[in-house]
Amino acid sequence: MKQYVIIGNGVAAAGCIEGIRSVDTKSRIAVVSEENRPVYCRPLISYYLEGMTTAEKMMYRRDDFYAANGCDVIYGRKAVKLDPDAKKVYLDDGSEYPYDSVCIAAGSSPVIPPFAGIDTVKNKFTFMTLDDALALENALAPNSKVLIVGAGLIGLKCAEGISGRVASITICDLAPRILSSILDDECAHMMQEAMERRNISFMLSDTAVKFDKNKAYMKSGKEIDFDILILAVGVKANTSLIKDAGGAVNRGIITNSRMMTSIPGVYAAGDCTEGFDFSFGSTRILAILPNAVMGGRCAGANMAGGHETFENAIPMNSIGFFGIHAMTAGSYFAEADGGEMYEEKNGCGIRRLFTKDGYLTGFIIIGDVEPAGIYVNLIRNRIPLSEIDFDLVKRSPSLAAFSDKYRNEKLGSVV
Amino acid sequence: MKRVYADEKWCLGCHLCEYNCAFANSNQKYMAIALKDKTIYPKIHVEEAGGKSSITYALSCRHCSDPICVKSCISGALSKNDGVVQIDQDKCIKCFTCMLVCPYGAISKGENQVVQKCELCLSNTCGSPACVSGCPNNALIYEER
Repeated sequence: MKQYVIIGNGVAAAGCIEGIRSVDTKSRIAVVSEENRPVYCRPLISYYLEGMTTAEKMMYRRDDFYAANGCDVIYGRKAVKLDPDAKKVYLDDGSEYPYDSVCIAAGSSPVIPPFAGIDTVKNKFTFMTLDDALALENALAPNSKVLIVGAGLIGLKCAEGISGRVASITICDLAPRILSSILDDECAHMMQEAMERRNISFMLSDTAVKFDKNKAYMKSGKEIDFDILILAVGVKANTSLIKDAGGAVNRGIITNSRMMTSIPGVYAAGDCTEGFDFSFGSTRILAILPNAVMGGRCAGANMAGGHETFENAIPMNSIGFFGIHAMTAGSYFAEADGGEMYEEKNGCGIRRLFTKDGYLTGFIIIGDVEPAGIYVNLIRNRIPLSEIDFDLVKRSPSLAAFSDKYRNEKLGSVV
Repeated sequence: MKRVYADEKWCLGCHLCEYNCAFANSNQKYMAIALKDKTIYPKIHVEEAGGKSSITYALSCRHCSDPICVKSCISGALSKNDGVVQIDQDKCIKCFTCMLVCPYGAISKGENQVVQKCELCLSNTCGSPACVSGCPNNALIYEER
């Protein structure tokens, strides 16, 4: 019998539990959960505020998930130290948990820049957890004026979630465009216009430099009055357990393709880690839910003695704002870097496919939702475009563009 | 486990599988009442590989051994039970991440934008895939491979 410990109780931890159980059905698993609730779908907190889901429906797994998987969940506690020599994890109440193998699935934390006067702001929130959303909900009122700092996925999703419940929303960001991590200039502009039609105001290339109670002083010299401040500037990976134990850490915890850290017996998965972006050809933080689940599952299987790898991770997002949907994946190489772009516009939609050296490396689709998995497959599995009818797949993604052999294999056998 | 396999050699491109699928999942007793003058949302789709050969084939969920849609679902709505990839439409929040990751394009939007997918007619009254039993040229096969 082994003793497994998982630090964290998000979806990477859930994946890890399932990974362990795919190999070892007997040994107990201790799960250290900072939040006082079972694993839930964090990306759904904005949908919760919008009234599109409920706290019950947001649960990621069934009620009996932990019991059925032989887990002991330690709620409301935080791991503060990892001792690789003694093979123990120490929690903030002084308790210690010995392990044979441990997975760090500690996630990330909101970055709160040291704004002058931020302490004078009473109603300020971050937007990462369900507790954050519940606290924000308590403060919402029909006449609230909301200022959101950060026009990334978190800030904009938050705006969508609360837009029907407040009087006004202003979003500022130091970047010149919204969603700068997943959209290029023109696509970002399209999305911004769509949001502006829904009465969201933007102040881009601008940010707050000082706060005084209910007033923000901007870099541009403008002043904004608000009742509620939401800080969605960015997140940082929770790496301290590994770093303090002498393990390799960059912006995130460094792992190999089996999700092992540089410390023997210690694995890591999810938003606290860095991964190799297959589409870009270098290491970066790929903090998206599918990668957390897949990385967690891989870590778990290997912790229990399996031999799994998680290699072809790429950034990918499918996300809607106010009824306009965007699907993006991979990397967009500029012409100067040897990239090419194919573009198709229709009505208020756009499709941009980015290729390089005969491979699809990324895409942006706004508007029509398409079976874009065909494109993601081309990127993730690095299928040479010479092997398919790229002209056909450009216009409409489907298996029809692939060779008869490939298609018959996929449709005629167990995949 | 038994899955639906498509053999494009015999597919006529008649789209009957789509109608049989929509009927099977309609909970109606009569096909005319279920489908006449209605937009249908089949979970199987006939696709055409153009060119001279003009090949057609019917595409539905492959019920992958290691389904990436399940691992990517941000709302926990997709799961695999006894080999069948199923969707809890009540939990689906219409983010379409599953459509972003399915390498076959087998997941689609249904009525009210909620995601739908083939569940082998095991959750409706048919008990086995209606697309297969209704295929006039045996281009769809339900068997263990």
